[in-house]
Amino acid sequence: MSQAASMHGAVEAAESPLTPESWGKLGMWIFLAGDAVGFGTLLAGYGAMRATSADWPSPFAVLGINLTAAMTFLLICSSVTMVKALEWLGKGDKTRAIRFLFVTALGGAIFVSLQAYEWTHLIHRGLHINGNPWGASLFGTSFFLVTGFHGLHVTGGVIYLLAIMRVVARRPSPAASYNAVEITGLYWHFVDLVWIMVFTFMYLL
Amino acid sequence: MATAEHKHPNYMAIFWYLAILTVIEIAVIYMPLAKFTIGVLLCALALSKAVLVAMYFMHLRFETRTLGMVAITPLVIATLLVFVLLPDGFAVMKRTVGVKATATEPAKH
Repeated sequence: MSQAASMHGAVEAAESPLTPESWGKLGMWIFLAGDAVGFGTLLAGYGAMRATSADWPSPFAVLGINLTAAMTFLLICSSVTMVKALEWLGKGDKTRAIRFLFVTALGGAIFVSLQAYEWTHLIHRGLHINGNPWGASLFGTSFFLVTGFHGLHVTGGVIYLLAIMRVVARRPSPAASYNAVEITGLYWHFVDLVWIMVFTFMYLL
Repeated sequence: MATAEHKHPNYMAIFWYLAILTVIEIAVIYMPLAKFTIGVLLCALALSKAVLVAMYFMHLRFETRTLGMVAITPLVIATLLVFVLLPDGFAVMKRTVGVKATATEPAKH
């Protein structure tokens, strides 16, 4: 913190205890912890419904995993471009940072588009939110609920990334937007992390 | 502000670990193993991928330990939730297995 802050005890007390560089980062972590409980609840509920169902279809056979495997790979790649954006910003290269942020947002947009394509395909084959030709109707309910909830997170992330690109572009000093970009990164990597779980528990298992 | 920037780990190495773990995950489901073994392997692989993302991409490794505790709380809660749902699950399972048995019986004759 600045020298002025260390001179006044009252100001010093306002420093975030866990993340000294910014309160925003602590705020994002707490938000993500709450969001993770939401996803954890959805997946635990999925597990409970599946374990107690007599005719749960085999997701791996019904959904097909080739496209989803590619989508998983795409999200991992977009996580890498996100950390690269932060790395370039730390080195003071605003142009490259913005470029990498844009590629990250593009990756997210392609992910959501592929998901829309997958949904359309599955709906045509008869997978609906209230029933499907292969067995337990809750299979469709939980599939659309969990992947939809994640897809909304990705959509929100793309908007978030585009907004933060504008912030980086407008602030004259790259150091001034470093924290904001790191916090955006936390959200984006979390979305990637959740997809790793969703891909494993809803497609592969 | 300058102190906010910590060391950047080798991100490309993490990327390759994640890519390889994903390939192994997909390979596991085709392996001639027991269903339970496949389940355990998949859970372990997914968890290790999640840990890699959190530790290096989200820089948790370079943060204070208390922030790490904030981060793993949801995992603990979700795990507890599974145990909370177990008794309910067993009760329903008993019923559905009973229904299943009666439903398949007439088909045998």
